[in-house]
Amino acid sequence: MESTILKSRNFNASFGTNHVVKNVNIDIPRNHIIAVMGPSGCGKTTYLRCINRMHELIPGATSNGEMKLNDEDVYQMHPIFVRLKIGMVFQRPNPFPNLSIYDNVIAGYKLNGIKLPKGERDGIVERSLTKVALWKEVKDSLNKKGSFLSGGQQQRLCIARTVAMEPEMILFDEPTSALDPISTSTVEELFHELKANYTLVIVTHNMQQAARVSDKTAFFYMGELVEYDETKIMFTNPKDNRTQNYITGRFS
Amino acid sequence: MDGKYVKYRLGKSYGFQSLVYLLAFACIVPLLAILFYIIRAGITKINWHFLVNIPKPVGESGGGIANALVGSIIIILVAAVIAVPIGILAGVYLSEHRKGRLAYWCRLSTDILQGVPSIVIGIVAYFWLVRPWDIGFIHHRGGFSALSGSVALAIMMLPIIVRSTEETLKLLPDSLREAALALGMPFHRVMFKVIIPVGISGILSGIMLSVARITGETAPLLFTAFGNPYLSVNIGKPMQSLPLLIFNYATSPYQDWLNLAWGASLILLVWVLFLNIFTKVITRKWKVQF
Repeated sequence: MESTILKSRNFNASFGTNHVVKNVNIDIPRNHIIAVMGPSGCGKTTYLRCINRMHELIPGATSNGEMKLNDEDVYQMHPIFVRLKIGMVFQRPNPFPNLSIYDNVIAGYKLNGIKLPKGERDGIVERSLTKVALWKEVKDSLNKKGSFLSGGQQQRLCIARTVAMEPEMILFDEPTSALDPISTSTVEELFHELKANYTLVIVTHNMQQAARVSDKTAFFYMGELVEYDETKIMFTNPKDNRTQNYITGRFS
Repeated sequence: MDGKYVKYRLGKSYGFQSLVYLLAFACIVPLLAILFYIIRAGITKINWHFLVNIPKPVGESGGGIANALVGSIIIILVAAVIAVPIGILAGVYLSEHRKGRLAYWCRLSTDILQGVPSIVIGIVAYFWLVRPWDIGFIHHRGGFSALSGSVALAIMMLPIIVRSTEETLKLLPDSLREAALALGMPFHRVMFKVIIPVGISGILSGIMLSVARITGETAPLLFTAFGNPYLSVNIGKPMQSLPLLIFNYATSPYQDWLNLAWGASLILLVWVLFLNIFTKVITRKWKVQF
């Protein structure tokens, strides 16, 4: 049996009185790619942000229920440790504009004040950039600012920054919605490479992307987790009518 | 429509345009006039001797403004040391907590503080630091001192730094903060390693402008730093400063002292001009590109 890395039970999240994630129960298996899809405003991003406790940073945001990472309650841990174990990549590439490419990759160590010998740092930078297929493109310009890169390269730089911290899970919040088609396919190829070492949760409103890249797919609608199954089953033989309607494009 | 009416409207338009140009030019005139007048009167008084000597007693010719120059620099530096950390941290607080009771009161007080007449701030510093007081276990001896002047000037700097820091940091995208937080950084590191460095050009320009603003302040120094005809570097004792020197010597009947006042005015003016230009340069140079 495959091991479960993240488990949610009766998980709820709200902004003030606006209840946006309702009673979500989900088991995420290790080293899998999970796509989370659903129409705009269905709570998929909010749920994702609850996993690494970014949700609570918004004033008025609350959540309750069980969220366990390796049987440890995420909401009992200090958020800083949660975020070190569960990395996040955002919708828009957000490299640190004041740092070089090199420092951006190592930012998680450098800005956290973790001192590493230079050799080790160089190793981490090269390994992380290689993992995101960016090393060849930027190895001669590591001292340039990260914001000089193109959008797709910046997004891969942000993935490298997350990978460098060696998290257990990486959350992607619509990671390709700000990218062109070619960069999108580069990033999607990356997902398959990363799967070997990490568990990926990808929020997307692009159904084709969910079908292309994921092992399992979760469908959110109006804050509820409607259906969660193998991607193949979700797209060929969904059990719930609403999933059926969504994937056939009857509503979006 | 007939041509005559169009011409009339065009004429009106040209008339209005010329008026706008004229009024825009009128804004430049006062500065040019001040520059012209001060430079003409002051430039001949400035030389090396003027910069490194202290004023001579009445009756002797020559003398310089070294004591005021050194005093101004010290008083401003001390004021900056007091105001900059408080101002930046308060600005950080306001940009992070946009709502909330403390933020509201803090914002309101800085706004009001900005409008408080400088002489009133001087009086407050006088009551706090210059007048002796005794609350049982602390005996404050008081007395005029450069430090009390610096405190008064720091109070004047504070609102400018707080608001410029707040405005700068507010403009930074939330994604920057989220990027840092998602890497597991604690709040203070997010602030000191990411948010403040990225907004540094705006924060620095606020500091520079606040320094330019207080450089010429005379009123708060009248009964705090008080002035001193000799060179002093002790911040616990009265100290001369450029605006005080100008104030005292410009109203004196002696030509030598008047010359010193003119020279000092020019120095003050150049200082403020330089700070303003320097601020423009660093905001452009250090601006972080996204």
